[in-house]
Amino acid sequence: MEKLSIKEKKLEAINLDVYYGQKQVLKNVNIAIKANTVTAFIGPSGCGKSTFLRTFNRMNDYVEGFRKEGDIIIDGKDIYQKMVRVEELRKKVGMVFQKPNPFPKTIFENVAYGLKIQGIKNKKLIEETVEKSLKQSALWDEVKDDLKKSALSLSGGQQQRLCIARALALEPSILLMDEPASALDPISTSKIEDLIWELKEKYTIVIVTHNMQQAGRISDNTAFFYMGDLVEYDETKTIFTNPKQERTQNYITGRFG
Amino acid sequence: MTNADKNRIKDKMFGYFGMACTFFGIFMLLIFLSDIVISGWQKVDFDFLSSFPSSRPKKAGIYPALIGTLWILGLTAIIALPIGIAAGVYFEEYAKKSKMANFLEINLANLAGVPSIIYGLLGLQIFVRTLNFGTSILSGACTLALLILPIIIVSTREALKAVPDSIRQASYGMGANTWQTIWHQVLPASSGGIITGIILAISRAIGETAPLIVIGAATYITYIPEDAMSNFTVLPMQIYDWVGMPETPDGDYKTISSAGIIVLLMITFLLNGIAVFLRNRWQKKVKW
Repeated sequence: MEKLSIKEKKLEAINLDVYYGQKQVLKNVNIAIKANTVTAFIGPSGCGKSTFLRTFNRMNDYVEGFRKEGDIIIDGKDIYQKMVRVEELRKKVGMVFQKPNPFPKTIFENVAYGLKIQGIKNKKLIEETVEKSLKQSALWDEVKDDLKKSALSLSGGQQQRLCIARALALEPSILLMDEPASALDPISTSKIEDLIWELKEKYTIVIVTHNMQQAGRISDNTAFFYMGDLVEYDETKTIFTNPKQERTQNYITGRFG
Repeated sequence: MTNADKNRIKDKMFGYFGMACTFFGIFMLLIFLSDIVISGWQKVDFDFLSSFPSSRPKKAGIYPALIGTLWILGLTAIIALPIGIAAGVYFEEYAKKSKMANFLEINLANLAGVPSIIYGLLGLQIFVRTLNFGTSILSGACTLALLILPIIIVSTREALKAVPDSIRQASYGMGANTWQTIWHQVLPASSGGIITGIILAISRAIGETAPLIVIGAATYITYIPEDAMSNFTVLPMQIYDWVGMPETPDGDYKTISSAGIIVLLMITFLLNGIAVFLRNRWQKKVKW
């Protein structure tokens, strides 16, 4: 894999150890992720890939007993420094969760929420942003006449695209996705996958997935985690055709997992 | 007879027994209610609601007690609501698991079980004497607010707990802080449950008599309270007073106390009905 210059590195983890209480869930992880790429984290359940994803927007801060050593660098800045405000960080690093979790409000309010909490009151700006975000997440045509309807009336796949729109409304530069399609049917899944492919042009995307075909289809690079170790990180085609580690080979071919 | 037959009979017997127990409770309540309605219903009219109490039962009414009850109800809600909700939010959303939080939690449960007369004594000492509110509506409302605070806190916590964590995560994930998450997402999503709990707590408060007797509320009042510092009486106190009266040639106290009970029960049932209505509507509206 090509070596990245400092400027090319969008996200970086340096010697990262993560603990939940006494239990170490990530062991000395080092990774550098290039801007405008899709990076897939794969590995069996409990390997630490979701935990790792959540260090990039500090969502682990809410987990009891969470502690980390090492650094997470985004755009050249250590995001765990005291002066960093997590609220600002999370505007820049959007997140989409495993299970669609729209707010029990209207479709419009869901997408406008991010702007509202920033204190933006300009109605026109909010309306434009909502429309733009829904178009970006390929949901606009399906909901443009129903913006006042409850988000909970949408199907699961639509809800997940709404959650993506909601994250995009903040104009982040990074999008973290934690198994975004695992709760969806095949058609919705393929819509989300197409979407990820398009969003890559504007965003740096990191996606956790259990589905190896999915990782193969949508990602540029793939990182394989096992028991808290980053076993192998390389271009996706290399990982899937010519992995260097035996453990990666075994996982890819379905011998365990 | 086989064993299976025996078991089936036992099963049926217990079913009938349980049904009989259920009906026993309802039956007793029905007897009580019908007795009250038969003896008091003809007295429940506009005159009864708008007259002052009198030494002649035929002319007596519950006007001051009714107004006093409404005063107490409103003021108790105004005092208990913000404190109870804020405390519930603190416990559920802010308090980290610590020895202190545990200690507070256990004591909260204990407080909910303290007999109401103890709250009366507390109110007498603190509000009537120390703070010098006197035997006023304010003293009564403060005392009853204390009484229902634990109930409101507990029901607020239950309502907040019912909001799935994924909603909070989504909100934090978009750069909201804890307060914004609570204000914009958690409280609106749990408002139905919180309001239901509050209404039930208040409907409990309006039936309370003991604490108000202890703080010295009057039973015979011939004027309408003017402000929160006025003397007052409430429906249950008025009823309590009448129940103990002997018969007179001018009419029966039993009739007017029954009529008073009917009015009190109607208010309570109305509040409970609103609570049930809100809860059902809320459950239909929000499905996770």
